[in-house]
Amino acid sequence: MEWLWILIAFPALMAVIIWLIPSDVLKGRLVYVGAAGMMALTIFLLGSWSGQEMETAYLYVNTAFWDKAMLAGEVFFMGLIIYESIRHKKYPVMLLSIAQTGLMVWLESTVHLPELPHLMVDRLAILMCVIVAFVGGLICIYAVGYMEAYHQHHKEFQNRRGFFFAMIFFFLAAMMGLVLSLNMIWMYFFWEVTSVISFLLIGYTRTEEAVDNSFRALWMNLLGGLGFAAAIVISALKGGTAQLQEVVLAGSALPLLCLSLAGLTKSAQMPFSSWLLGAMVAPTPSSALLHSATMVKAGVYLLIRIAPALNGTAVGMLVALIGGYTFISASMMAIAQNDGKKVLAFSTISNLGLIVACAGIGVEETIWGAILLMIFHSVSKSMLFQAVGATENSLGSRDIENMHGLLLRLPKLAYIMGIGIAGMYLAPFGMLISKWVALKAFVDSGNVVLVIFLAYGSATTMLYWTKWLAKITSMHHTKEVVHDVTREDQYFSMYLHGGAMILLCLLFPVLATSVVNPIISQLFGFSYEVLSMSVLTTMAVMLASVILVPAAMFLITRSAPRDYVPIYMGGVNEGDNTYFTNSLGMPEHLYLTNWYLRFEFGMRRLMRPSEILTAGALVVMFCLIIGGAV
Amino acid sequence: MGKLARSPWLLHYDGSSCNGCDIEVLDCLTPRYDLERFGIINTGDPFQADIFLITGGINSQSEQVVKQIYSQMPEPKVVVAVGICACTGGVFKECYNIKGGVDTVIPVDIYVPGCAARPESIIDGVVKAMELLRTKQEEFSRRKKEKKQA
Amino acid sequence: MIPVISVLAYLIFAPVLGGLLDGADRIISARMQGRVGPPLLQPFYDLSKLFSKQMIAVNNVQLLLNLSYLVFLAVSGAILFGGADVLMCLFVLSTADMFLILAASSDSSPFAVMGANREMIQMMTYEPLTLLIAVGFYLSTGSFVVKEIIHSSISPVVMMPGMLLGFWVITAIKLRKSPFDLSTSHHAHQEMVKGLTTEMSGPTLAVMNIAEYYEKILLLGIVALFIINKHWWSWILAVAVCLIFYFLEILWDNVSARVKWKTMLMGCWIVTLLAGGINLLILMLIK
Repeated sequence: MEWLWILIAFPALMAVIIWLIPSDVLKGRLVYVGAAGMMALTIFLLGSWSGQEMETAYLYVNTAFWDKAMLAGEVFFMGLIIYESIRHKKYPVMLLSIAQTGLMVWLESTVHLPELPHLMVDRLAILMCVIVAFVGGLICIYAVGYMEAYHQHHKEFQNRRGFFFAMIFFFLAAMMGLVLSLNMIWMYFFWEVTSVISFLLIGYTRTEEAVDNSFRALWMNLLGGLGFAAAIVISALKGGTAQLQEVVLAGSALPLLCLSLAGLTKSAQMPFSSWLLGAMVAPTPSSALLHSATMVKAGVYLLIRIAPALNGTAVGMLVALIGGYTFISASMMAIAQNDGKKVLAFSTISNLGLIVACAGIGVEETIWGAILLMIFHSVSKSMLFQAVGATENSLGSRDIENMHGLLLRLPKLAYIMGIGIAGMYLAPFGMLISKWVALKAFVDSGNVVLVIFLAYGSATTMLYWTKWLAKITSMHHTKEVVHDVTREDQYFSMYLHGGAMILLCLLFPVLATSVVNPIISQLFGFSYEVLSMSVLTTMAVMLASVILVPAAMFLITRSAPRDYVPIYMGGVNEGDNTYFTNSLGMPEHLYLTNWYLRFEFGMRRLMRPSEILTAGALVVMFCLIIGGAV
Repeated sequence: MGKLARSPWLLHYDGSSCNGCDIEVLDCLTPRYDLERFGIINTGDPFQADIFLITGGINSQSEQVVKQIYSQMPEPKVVVAVGICACTGGVFKECYNIKGGVDTVIPVDIYVPGCAARPESIIDGVVKAMELLRTKQEEFSRRKKEKKQA
Repeated sequence: MIPVISVLAYLIFAPVLGGLLDGADRIISARMQGRVGPPLLQPFYDLSKLFSKQMIAVNNVQLLLNLSYLVFLAVSGAILFGGADVLMCLFVLSTADMFLILAASSDSSPFAVMGANREMIQMMTYEPLTLLIAVGFYLSTGSFVVKEIIHSSISPVVMMPGMLLGFWVITAIKLRKSPFDLSTSHHAHQEMVKGLTTEMSGPTLAVMNIAEYYEKILLLGIVALFIINKHWWSWILAVAVCLIFYFLEILWDNVSARVKWKTMLMGCWIVTLLAGGINLLILMLIK
């Protein structure tokens, strides 16, 4: 296992190569190689680790050189941020960066910590590696085709494709490092890398909006980074350790609260949700990468890691309530959105809220649900982002209103989108089972508020997905011709996602018993059946029936003779279902729109109060804990 | 009684009526006359209707509408013209914009005269339509069978 | 053995019972309005007529989606009557409703799409309480499983009267009764024609009607679940309560006019919070 560093170094190396190679074609090929290599390495890791009977491995005790190199890297990032913030006149941002880097430099130069392992391979880390390598890798493959079409559509943006791919690979390298880190100083370094790269990716187009949004993402993530750095310093000074596990075991409130702050910013919980919404200006692959498999998952990963210490504490309660509140408020705001990517963004925030709530409660049941939610969310959200991106390239718009009758216009993309949406909320699919577990766990932990949040939140979640699904499956024949410009490699990635989604659902009982249960027993020392096996098998049967019932009905109804008539429009249909005669006797185009309930659930109405509420709760909690009340 | 005769659902359309007959049609649903006794439902939807009940004569604006709604009703179906205008055009017969009775546009099965038609006669017409539906039903299923054999 | 029999009984008799209830409903409504009303068997005459009509359609998927709606409702009811998980039953119920929404919006016609949109709002309106009710059963009897709920020593309703009250309110939505008959209605001359079902004709509509009968019995089954305990007489009481419950729905239907969607949403959510939420809080506190 000594070769573990290659898993982090390989994507970073690929990033450098791709950046330096001049030819666009060759860059694309190298991205394929990089993605395939990453997947192969992960499989190899999985193989060699199961050869060692899946025991937790601790690695790299003496790493003086690398510690220095990372510190140098952090100082370099500080320089970069200072340069960018001066260039764009966003001065306050650099204060955050200077503060946290200063803290880290001071810590490493004055406090001497005992040398302990820096990396750790355990089940949860492996699971995260698999998600990062496979979902992330497929997004890279998708990005090759997407960027080609993107730059054909958007001539106004400078083609910085090499930079883009390089950043994505650096990002994946940092993610690998983050999930494998045991030492918080290392973890903090990778944490910073993801913050800075997400800043660079969001600002890719260099438009004013993109720059503004990228700075918003930067300061929020740096605030989290500051929390992280503070947590390290406090635990190093008080407990004499920078090992995450020991902080969890010690369970002292202030470092945990600081770490939770870091987790909340990165996973875009209220009041830090707006960075994720702003991040939608970036090209779709980076949105897919940041919001499905990596960036935001880093936040919930950290929270899951510290979850055992959160159980039953005031900090845990705060995290759970913020998560639950984010779940319901983001899903309400999603109702009022008609931009496909915005809906996905809100749904990401909302689902992460649920995971965060589970982590905040911090018992086996909730973490069981949280891990499953994470798996299903990664796959389906990545698939949805890709499908929306491909649709945007073909239709020239990602407005859900323009996707009316997509099933007839871009059937393949519509099916992929349909599977993704179904996976996000429908009865027998994974997300829903996980939600079920979460509900049961909230009840068992006696938290009424969370139960009510979940009940209302599932209802609002159902509305925004159903109306989207209904829009794309409308049988609306239009005369506009649409050409599907989606390339082979994009489809390759999306098909694999779709297949994985269906397989994950069909094999759900296996997934639950052989992947998630062992993780739980590793985190908590024991595990028990959260859902009984019979329920799981019933669910699998249900899923099969979701596929079988419509298929059987299709066969039955296909032969039924039907006489087709025009739709009912008060008798003034012009004959082809798209025009009707208006009151002036002129043909008028039929336009059907979904309901968005903007005045009731709009962002303008809900966002600010939600932010104030949650920020207030955080501030109060900090005051309480620093003041020593809790 | 046949299947249809027990559950005729009707669609009420106002061609160019003065609303006199329309009010009489609605009167049939009130407690005094209670059309629902016969299982009749006044549905607003051609896709679900068996009886097409038209009041008023047909003008050039309503002509296409009547034809289209008629085409959207599933077989077997019956058309009832209620009131003298729907039967022949009535006092408006010679007007420049009136085509005449409903039968100038679609085939009419039952004529209910009157100005305005009284509820009793409308019910009488609808009950006659129910009998006609039975024969049409038999004819429809016979045709369906023949179609299947062919 | 018993679950198999009760599931079969549900699958076979639910449409019959549902139809009879509908027939009784129409007679009682007519009497409340001073009319005679149709015969008791009218719903079955309607069904057999619908099946004999010509098959017209606006697209080739609506029948398929309607049939899926029917099948999922039947499955959902089978889960309840087979003694399985009540939460799963409710989840499948909402999946079924989603197929109906897809069936309506597949028409891409103004009235059907409007009906579908309103149906989605309705779904959002009743969903929170259904989840809370499942949680209520879990808290008051210690299990989500119907088989175990019906063997509890006292009726769950003793612990959760607020939830039953809330359920009475949202059942009006599910039964498409005034004041919440927003997405489709039994009455003519209105702004949305037949809403959701506008383009459903003949056999397609018949399938939809049968599905509604299944749903009716399913909902009454949940009401019965509130009452039934391990004593034999509770079953008789449950039937009586179901009938009273349904009668009150009819009464409400006849004395109220349709409300706007916002009134429905806010009203029902507040009822959910007051009746369901407070009941839940008390249950958790005494547990």
